[in-house]
Amino acid sequence: MRRALVPVLAALLALAPLVPMAGMKQYVLHVMIQILIWSFIGGAWSLMGRFGLVSLGHGAFLGLGAYATVLLWNFWAWSPWLGGAVAVVLTAILAAVVAYPCSRFQVVGHYFGLVTLAVGEVIRLLIIAERDWTGGSLGVSLKPVGSDSLWALQFADKRVFYYGALALWLAGLWVWHRVDRSMARSAMEAIGEDETAAASVGIHVTRFKIAITVLSAALTAVGGVAYAQYIAYVNPDTLAGIGVSLRIVFAVVLGGMYSLLGPAVGAALTIALSEWLRIAFGLKLIGMAETIYGFLLVVFIIFLPAGIVGSAGGLLRGGARYGPPHPPDARRAPA
Amino acid sequence: MLTVTNLTKRFGGFTALNEVSFEVNEGEILGLIGPNGSGKTTAFNCISGALRPSSGSITFQGREIAGLTPDAVCHLGIARTFQIPRPFRKLSIVENVAVAAHYGAAERTGEAEARRRAAKILDLVGLPADPEASPMLLGAGGLKKLELARALATGPRLLLADESLGGLDPAEMAGAAEMLKRVRRELEVTIVWVEHIMATLMRIVDRVVVLDHGEKIAEGAPREVAEDPRVVEAYLGEKIVLA
Repeated sequence: MRRALVPVLAALLALAPLVPMAGMKQYVLHVMIQILIWSFIGGAWSLMGRFGLVSLGHGAFLGLGAYATVLLWNFWAWSPWLGGAVAVVLTAILAAVVAYPCSRFQVVGHYFGLVTLAVGEVIRLLIIAERDWTGGSLGVSLKPVGSDSLWALQFADKRVFYYGALALWLAGLWVWHRVDRSMARSAMEAIGEDETAAASVGIHVTRFKIAITVLSAALTAVGGVAYAQYIAYVNPDTLAGIGVSLRIVFAVVLGGMYSLLGPAVGAALTIALSEWLRIAFGLKLIGMAETIYGFLLVVFIIFLPAGIVGSAGGLLRGGARYGPPHPPDARRAPA
Repeated sequence: MLTVTNLTKRFGGFTALNEVSFEVNEGEILGLIGPNGSGKTTAFNCISGALRPSSGSITFQGREIAGLTPDAVCHLGIARTFQIPRPFRKLSIVENVAVAAHYGAAERTGEAEARRRAAKILDLVGLPADPEASPMLLGAGGLKKLELARALATGPRLLLADESLGGLDPAEMAGAAEMLKRVRRELEVTIVWVEHIMATLMRIVDRVVVLDHGEKIAEGAPREVAEDPRVVEAYLGEKIVLA
């Protein structure tokens, strides 16, 4: 059944912009682009999250990627292709600087979460403090070129962004799959479970942790670049700090961080849910939409701890499996 | 092959190892024994790089290894098992061994070759090479075999076996002891075997080093050591029976 589903899903995604949707098309495309970009970012987060490196500060990497690209363009007219590359390199350096002491001094689990949380906030506060450059908490708009330009990565037509985001998301799935299939995944699982035992069989723990953090952060920065180019506006609250960092985590945990499509399912659900609640409540009962959103997330996380995709997979294989993790391609017997 | 000289390890004010020296000769099985808390596992941790010695020197094949990281020690050809098995539960049995074969070897040989060697080692210790079986299915004896297989997969010249046969039934104990002999024969590995139940060990090893309260109190052939009054005393007068 799964085999048959893939081409149908692929065709739907490929043809979505061509389906006539009366006046709703721009809006639907807008939501779908957001879902694709956040799915990509969630996938990048889960590359390390699935190995027990739960980062609560991916906003730092997202924000650095987005802001560096936008500022390089606004001030020096560097094309986002070049500026984005610089931004990704800067983010990778930041990630290595965070990951090295954490793995050297065995900062793991909750403490790792706290360190990354702080890093996310530092970047948000830096953005706000450097207001001459960054526009502070008001954010900054991407300087428009006025016409479609591949050089500036600016397009009036949402369909271009849609296909771009789709390609990006597929590339993210490919990276996730490659990591999942490699011996490095076994090494990372081993490290996530028992660093001492992993080191005793020759696994260089620090090197692996830095590598996976840098990969995850660099991809997140790419997501930040894509988001900034599409929205054409960056703001410290939507792209850095606790808020967005947790949003990434929630979506992935909800969808399932141990499965290929988990982050996408999670991003789609959280975005669709918040859009629907926003429209349903509008300006009535201010805060009600967020309350319901939060409540539903808590319910999902309590009852589906392996995420929607993870739990559904468990059910299909006979019996729900609670708790992490079961790599998608290995069918484990219960203890 | 391995020379430990004046090895000392302090934890705060507690001295776990005090100026311990001994030598391991190529090809032998050396028993490292002593009552609980005598410093056997601490010595293992220092040699394998899990702990940094407070002072003293450890040379392996003429090379100073004290203070190296565990992965570096592993790549030089020293593998260890843990007293309480520490399998990677999220990986299958085969993956547990394959990951060690891949990353633990002195030179990377590629994933296919690592898997091939993993299958060979699993066969040697007598675990099924079913690619999907989980270590969660193994009992105490099986987990010890997996622990041994994972260490051997790294291709060691010297195996530090923290065996602790406690928890195994007599047949399993005898099996584990036979296993070490077979490992030495077939893989040409030198072995240091830590144990505090002595009867089984004494039948197998070539030489014994006895630790008590972090100090070496005796060294020699099993028969001599068993009659050494200090050893008898350390074991609270427990008579050491040699079959």
